[in-house]
Amino acid sequence: MTAQTAAAKAAAPLTFRSTGPLTFLTDTGIITVRNVRRMVRTPQMLYFASIQPVIFIIVFRYVFGGAIRTPGYTYANYLLPGLLVEATLFGATTAVALATDLSGGLVDRFRSLPVARPAVLVARTFADFGRTTVVVAVVLAVGSLVGFRFNNGALAGAAAIGLVLAFAYAYSWLLAIIGLIVKDAETAQLAGTLPILIFIFASSLAVPVGTMPGWLQAFARNQPVSVTMNAVRALTQGGPAAHSAWPSLAWTAGLLVVLIPAATALYRRR
Amino acid sequence: MVQPDTVIEIRELRRTFGATTALDGVSLTAPAGKVLGLLGPNGAGKTTLVRILATLLAPTAGTARVLGCDVIKDAAPLRSMIGLTGQVATVDELLTGRENLEMIAGLYHMPRSRARHRAAGLLEQFGLTDAAGRRCGTYSGGMRRRLDLAASLIASPPVVFLDEPTTGLDPASRLAMWAAVEQLADAGTTVLLTTQYLEEADRLAHHIAVIDHGRLIAEGSPGELKADLRGDLVEFHVTDPAQRDRAVQAIVPLGRATAGTGRESQRVTLPAPAGAATLRTALRLLDDAGIAIDDATLRRPTLNEVFLALTGHPGTRDDGSGPAAAGNSPVTARSTR
Repeated sequence: MTAQTAAAKAAAPLTFRSTGPLTFLTDTGIITVRNVRRMVRTPQMLYFASIQPVIFIIVFRYVFGGAIRTPGYTYANYLLPGLLVEATLFGATTAVALATDLSGGLVDRFRSLPVARPAVLVARTFADFGRTTVVVAVVLAVGSLVGFRFNNGALAGAAAIGLVLAFAYAYSWLLAIIGLIVKDAETAQLAGTLPILIFIFASSLAVPVGTMPGWLQAFARNQPVSVTMNAVRALTQGGPAAHSAWPSLAWTAGLLVVLIPAATALYRRR
Repeated sequence: MVQPDTVIEIRELRRTFGATTALDGVSLTAPAGKVLGLLGPNGAGKTTLVRILATLLAPTAGTARVLGCDVIKDAAPLRSMIGLTGQVATVDELLTGRENLEMIAGLYHMPRSRARHRAAGLLEQFGLTDAAGRRCGTYSGGMRRRLDLAASLIASPPVVFLDEPTTGLDPASRLAMWAAVEQLADAGTTVLLTTQYLEEADRLAHHIAVIDHGRLIAEGSPGELKADLRGDLVEFHVTDPAQRDRAVQAIVPLGRATAGTGRESQRVTLPAPAGAATLRTALRLLDDAGIAIDDATLRRPTLNEVFLALTGHPGTRDDGSGPAAAGNSPVTARSTR
């Protein structure tokens, strides 16, 4: 026994600051840089992630827009807050990227290294957060071309964008869990897209919830995606902003509190 | 008792996946600075064992210690002292070779200048300097595997696990990989190498553990395994395949010979407990029966034959032909020449 400990000690000089409070930040930084490099080097991913919401904007604004009445709003001002949320969720790649790294064995390599445990997941969600901000910028730019305006001041507008980014970040942890469970890129793609379709379409995205049948209204009014869309609408167009913003923030916080420990536990499992 | 220089110590290790038992009570030790070869067919439990030692998988029962660190309780300190090269090259195909190595070095928490220096040295050692600035997606399979090995060596860990490092490699890359393993052993690194290739274990390992169906079925140096399990063999080829069965009959006084089939239809193999004397007698008996032969040799059994004797099925041959392609009588595996 003592001889073995001695062997371990003899090997110790070969290690470099293997533990410490900064390790987690260093590791997260290194893996985030790697994830961002991957994104930048597959620009087609970003193009398509940006084109998809542009198509949604055009289709809803000009194809359906004439038929949908949104009392109190121009249709562009009603639609864009919803699409802003939709775009950040619909194209999110956390599950696919994580499943790709898992099936390719790279996550195993990271796990066998003295890497702070949650760093791989945090770095993944950070990189995807970067992608989300690009998507938000594209939607706002195209939105302004089709008539969307911030009508409630810069501060409230910034708060709206913050709300969208925060909710999208929390959602990426749900996708991380999906990626950790399915461990295969194609399955992750499907598993990550299908559930969000329900939340996106049974929402206040493109039509006021009041036009839906009663049983659906209850869900569509209170589910987190709708709540966030309504908050963004209120913050950008005026209305009971605080009343809408708190439920969205509560959902975001609640999701993070539940999902981060769950994802970390799944990642640690061996 | 544990020897002072024991680096890997495995006791009664079990791991199940649902109803499947991947490891069924394996006990094994490896001394410092040697190459331990873990030899077994697909599904024998080799990868499971490596994953447990590399802290990726928890055992269902039993204990495993590496450098005195328990793979569960002391996983965190252990991880900075091991290097792992898995069955598939785990390099990032969108990063360059240099970026891959420097990323791994960073995750071992090496200082940046040292990481850069060490990465350059390893790229040089593995013949990747010219490709260092190219994305790994453009690398050949052999280049990726070399980079993968370089990545696991970047922090100069005292223990390195290589899980089938040459599977699927072309002959030149395989030789390069073998040279790298030999260099590691010369430098005093303890290496655990899994392989399905008998030649590879024979060539590289100081000590071989044969596992099958999750159990350790034999252990020893390559020489010991060959000597303990089977004595020498006499092997000859009859000139006319039609005479083969007569040849087997002619040498019955010496024991039960085995005839080859298919492409090996001229070959006859006979256990030779008396060595050269058996060979001499066999040649006289064949001569008496008037059977012409092309050649006759006295040889040690190959590891493939040892493997067959131990597991009841042949190991995987180096030329890629699996057990099904062996074309043998069920009694003796084809020799691997």
